Amino acid sequence: MKDIEYAAARSVDEAVGLLAARGDKARILAGGTDILVQLREGLRDADLIVDVKKIPELVGLSHDAKRGLRLGASTPCYRIYRDAKICAAYPALADAARIIGGWQIQSRASIGGNLCNSSPAADSIPALIAHDARCVIAGPSGRRTVPVAEFCTAPGRNVLARGELLVTLEFPPVGDGEGARYLRFIPRNEMDIAVVGAGVWVKLNAAKDTIAAARIGLAAVAPTPLPATEVGAWLAGKPATAATFAEAGDRARRLAKPISDMRSPAEYRLHIVGVLVTRALAGAVDRARGIVIGHSPNGQEH
Amino acid sequence: MVKKTHVSTTINGETAEFLCEPRQSLLEILRDTLELTGSKEGCNNGNCGACTVLMDGLPVNSCLVLAVEAEGATITTIEGIAEQAHLHPLQQCFLENAALQCGICTPGFIVAAKALLDRNPKPTEHDIRFELAGNLCRCTGYDKIVRAVQDAAAALEGKH
Ligand SMILES: Cc1cc2nc3c(=O)[nH]c(=O)nc-3n(C[C@H](O)[C@H](O)[C@H](O)COP(=O)(O)OP(=O)(O)OC[C@H]3O[C@@H](n4cnc5c(N)ncnc54)[C@H](O)[C@@H]3O)c2cc1C
Ligand code: FES
Ligand code: FES
Repeated sequence: MKDIEYAAARSVDEAVGLLAARGDKARILAGGTDILVQLREGLRDADLIVDVKKIPELVGLSHDAKRGLRLGASTPCYRIYRDAKICAAYPALADAARIIGGWQIQSRASIGGNLCNSSPAADSIPALIAHDARCVIAGPSGRRTVPVAEFCTAPGRNVLARGELLVTLEFPPVGDGEGARYLRFIPRNEMDIAVVGAGVWVKLNAAKDTIAAARIGLAAVAPTPLPATEVGAWLAGKPATAATFAEAGDRARRLAKPISDMRSPAEYRLHIVGVLVTRALAGAVDRARGIVIGHSPNGQEH
Repeated sequence: MVKKTHVSTTINGETAEFLCEPRQSLLEILRDTLELTGSKEGCNNGNCGACTVLMDGLPVNSCLVLAVEAEGATITTIEGIAEQAHLHPLQQCFLENAALQCGICTPGFIVAAKALLDRNPKPTEHDIRFELAGNLCRCTGYDKIVRAVQDAAAALEGKH
């Protein structure tokens, strides 16, 4: 890696000041599992690294049944899936945190870093879309809030402007009859980038036999993580049955615009996105009914 | 050249201070400055786990930690796993199960397996394979590694 300066910011204002002054030449360091690799391989360039892990607001979780979850952008993944309350309330987020790299990566990698790296294949983003998370962004002119579904703009690009950083992710409170699931399809068992990913959230009616509302986010089937808004809207009012899940899978296929690359031909992605949406819906509905399901990353329990 | 930073850490139970450039990884400093060459560089990009160390009790890839980030941290490397002259049961079981061939992956596997057994003293085969997915081995086909970790778990259970 070329010579670089390092600064550990102690406050959001200090980080914003450094980023605003240095512009493109400064990069934020959270867990470093994307940025250090990219700097070393020359995929990104920077003169200054701003470590944000010493800013209290950026690290940690605070959960309140009435207000929801506030997740510091740089909180490492392991703190999410080791927290039983978070696993129960935001299970798709926990599913994703558990499979981003292996344990060594999860000790450092953050959800904020996964989101700000803005890969179309990022595992947490479909789960964040499914849970309807919002980004709290700080910048030179104050704070603003952007839904995760509108955050990514192109591969590796997002709405952050010069001097801005992601401070927290905010999740709405969770009510009765809700469930969520994130599934990822890869050829290996672990440690691989998604061929396709699908995050699903559902809310069932009081009898728990009908879907009252649903949200779906997809990974690796478009230039950005894809909110499958039309499929979520179609699901409202449908019976929570295998036939519904399969039709939702078919509808997700029609929205997907995947490319062919070293991981998969587009045709395979198109097929698999339907399979994953179907399985993830079944898992989310099981969870909404209080059924405990396994952690299989691709939804095939063994 | 960028000014060097002074970093103060605890490594394997002893205070360790060093000077580093901000671009240097913890792995580089461990191997080249502190001469703790047990941690290996396999890929230098987070994929192989050969550089695994414990940082404040958590397994991390030391190739993806900047040395400056280690300020104030407590670090355990493979050199700190044996208890004085006695091999740790994991080391003993790797040795007796031939859970290695070339040995490049072994320090990382042992450090990561130590973290696993500290958290979960009775892991299933699935637990072992899942938790050690961040460590790659090109030689053994993993079976012997899984069995060595299972044997070490049993040996440690006998000790308590
Ligand atoms: C071996 C390996 C396996 C991996 N496996 C997976 C996987 O299975 N799934 C997956 O999705 N990803 C995977 N990744 C990629 C990476 O680990 C994740 O994207 C991770 O979540 C990044 O988080 P981080 O905290 O390490 O980010 P960093 O590398 O610190 O930062 C990532 C980017 O976001 C910016 N950034 C970070 N925080 C902020 C903030 N608060 N505000 C503004 N910008 C910010 C940084 O400047 C940088 O551009 C893997 C990486 C490796 C090396
Ligand atoms: S050398 Fe660090 S993970 Fe391979
Ligand atoms: S023993 Fe050679 S890589 Fe594992």
